[in-house]
Amino acid sequence: MVALAAPLALALAACGGGTASAPAASGEVKSIQILDYYGTEPDNTIYKEALDTCGQASGVTIKREAVPGSDLISKVLQKSSSKTLPDVLVLDNPDLQQIAATGALAPIEDFGLSADGAAQGVIDASTYEGVVYGLQPITNTVALFYNKDILQAAGITPPTTWDELKTAAAALTKGSQYGVAFSAPADYESTWQFLPFMWSNGGDEKNIATEKTADALQLWVDLLSSKSASDSVVNWTQADVNAQFIAGKAAMMVNGPWQIPLLNAEEDLQYGVIPIPAPSAGENVVAPLGGETWTIPNTGDKARQAVAAKVVECINSDKNQLMLASARQTVPTKTSLQEEFIAANPTMKTFSDLVQTARARTGQLGTNWPKAATKIYTAIQSALVGGQTPMEALQQAQNG
Amino acid sequence: MQRLGQAMFLLPAVAYMVLFYGYPVIKNLSMSFQNYTTTTFFTGEAPWLGFDNYKAVIGSAVFDKAVLNTVLFTVGSIVGQFVIGLAIAIYFQRKFPLSGLLRSLLLLPWLIPLIVSSTIWRWILDKDSGALNRMLEGLHLVGDGPGWLTSTSLALLACVVVNIWIGIPFNVTILFGGLQDIPEELYEAAALDGATGWRSFRYITWPLLRPVTSVVLVLGVVYTIKVLDIILGLTGGGPANSTQTIATQSYQLSFVEFNFGQGAALSNILIVISLIFATFYLRATRRSVDE
Repeated sequence: MVALAAPLALALAACGGGTASAPAASGEVKSIQILDYYGTEPDNTIYKEALDTCGQASGVTIKREAVPGSDLISKVLQKSSSKTLPDVLVLDNPDLQQIAATGALAPIEDFGLSADGAAQGVIDASTYEGVVYGLQPITNTVALFYNKDILQAAGITPPTTWDELKTAAAALTKGSQYGVAFSAPADYESTWQFLPFMWSNGGDEKNIATEKTADALQLWVDLLSSKSASDSVVNWTQADVNAQFIAGKAAMMVNGPWQIPLLNAEEDLQYGVIPIPAPSAGENVVAPLGGETWTIPNTGDKARQAVAAKVVECINSDKNQLMLASARQTVPTKTSLQEEFIAANPTMKTFSDLVQTARARTGQLGTNWPKAATKIYTAIQSALVGGQTPMEALQQAQNG
Repeated sequence: MQRLGQAMFLLPAVAYMVLFYGYPVIKNLSMSFQNYTTTTFFTGEAPWLGFDNYKAVIGSAVFDKAVLNTVLFTVGSIVGQFVIGLAIAIYFQRKFPLSGLLRSLLLLPWLIPLIVSSTIWRWILDKDSGALNRMLEGLHLVGDGPGWLTSTSLALLACVVVNIWIGIPFNVTILFGGLQDIPEELYEAAALDGATGWRSFRYITWPLLRPVTSVVLVLGVVYTIKVLDIILGLTGGGPANSTQTIATQSYQLSFVEFNFGQGAALSNILIVISLIFATFYLRATRRSVDE
């Protein structure tokens, strides 16, 4: 009974170890604790080195704990009920409001920090009820990757509008090769990939049962019904989509810059990156923001919190934003850094441009976002393979 | 004094039961009547809601589908596991070279971590490049490979088939043990009277195996009804909720939407259903002991 046992494990953990890091140790702070989910290489080393440098600058050693991304929230809940929250907590940005709502996080303003200068969407993601609770050094989003060799051989130019996308995808589909691949499984990944289509067309997460959202969903349905994309998209993670693209089974794909190291490792693969196609020529593309925000939990120890704030500030410095963005194929969040960043990383221009107008997933709904995100992916699946029209699927999900 | 001594012997078992069974069950029960959210973990506050959580989960659009899927998944898995398991167990009753080795190899699905086997099955069942469809296409049995995990009408069937594969070793092991307990003389005597083959199975094996059968079936139901990892690994409850069961929906509510109260309410419904079958199990085993 896994479903039952896990909340109990959390509840049981609440009973023990309540004294582990009580705010007794005031006075001189020698080390601070950080909880993040950068457990895999190369991220692990990149952050270890950046944090060690920041720790030295503040005169403390850094004790880092990295857990798998899927375990982070349950770890945070466990630690907040046992009053053993770390001094610095790194959260996936759509989770920030959820955690801030519990009262576990301290406003960054309390430590003289400010998010000014960052792209508005990034600030929105770290804000709960008008108060900023986190600083995000780097961000990412999704775009359209295309296989240069395949498109060139077929004489197709990369699509910039929905109609062009449909035509190009159909023309690029032959044999075991599909024109385009995207990720639409029964989880938040499909919501995340669908948002740029939905938002760019004027759809809104507050009420998804609208013509605008239905039109966006119709585009995905058309790609499947014309066989330009495989039905398997409803079972593919973004990593699976990337594998299909690398294997040459998809000429184009919707994916994010974190796949770039894997793509670059393929010597025979020539690829390009362009924004997600717009509904029609000249319209803006609104993409969702990804990445992690750095927060300072309410541990009750003012001295430690002050040091933690210095470390968070250091990780968000111009120098570190540029370093992290280059090392991790992401984009610095400060708008003033874009020119310098693109000059050094010309391939990241598409993503840098997209981030400036991108939106936070939790910007409108805050703590109700998980519910809306579930509705969106349920509707996507019902329309793609469940036999419903996009409007029926969206209405049913909205009312469900 | 002697009574106290006796009580002391009980203490470790009682303490263990209270700590690891009593506390979680009661905690889960109280959680299901509260507005238990992420905030509760930090503040400790969980406002009392009465039966609101139960009303919400039973009234939700997914509930009917989840109940139907749970029934189909459980019945399909149990029937498949039991019939195939019994056939294999009877087959292995005959001694032949390497039968011992083969029988132990049958346990393999049981030994592989579920998350590993479900991932491998996900590859095998992939629509375009999965091994199963490549084989079917190679044999010209189908033109365009069916979407085992992508079609809303096939996905539940695919989950059932994978779960049958995982459950066969358990059924074979227990049923094989039961078959060994049936005295050889009965078959010999029956053969003299002309009862062989199907008749010996119908009138000797089946009645004498019945106590073991009921144990296997009831335990099978209790194990199957709560299956979570296989479905999460194969389809995540999709596409379009076509493989959503009470267990996966409960997981979704608690750990994806952070609505721990509703998640607990749903898992309590599951516990009650399991409990009913567990009572059957206890009665079945008691009767077989009495006999």
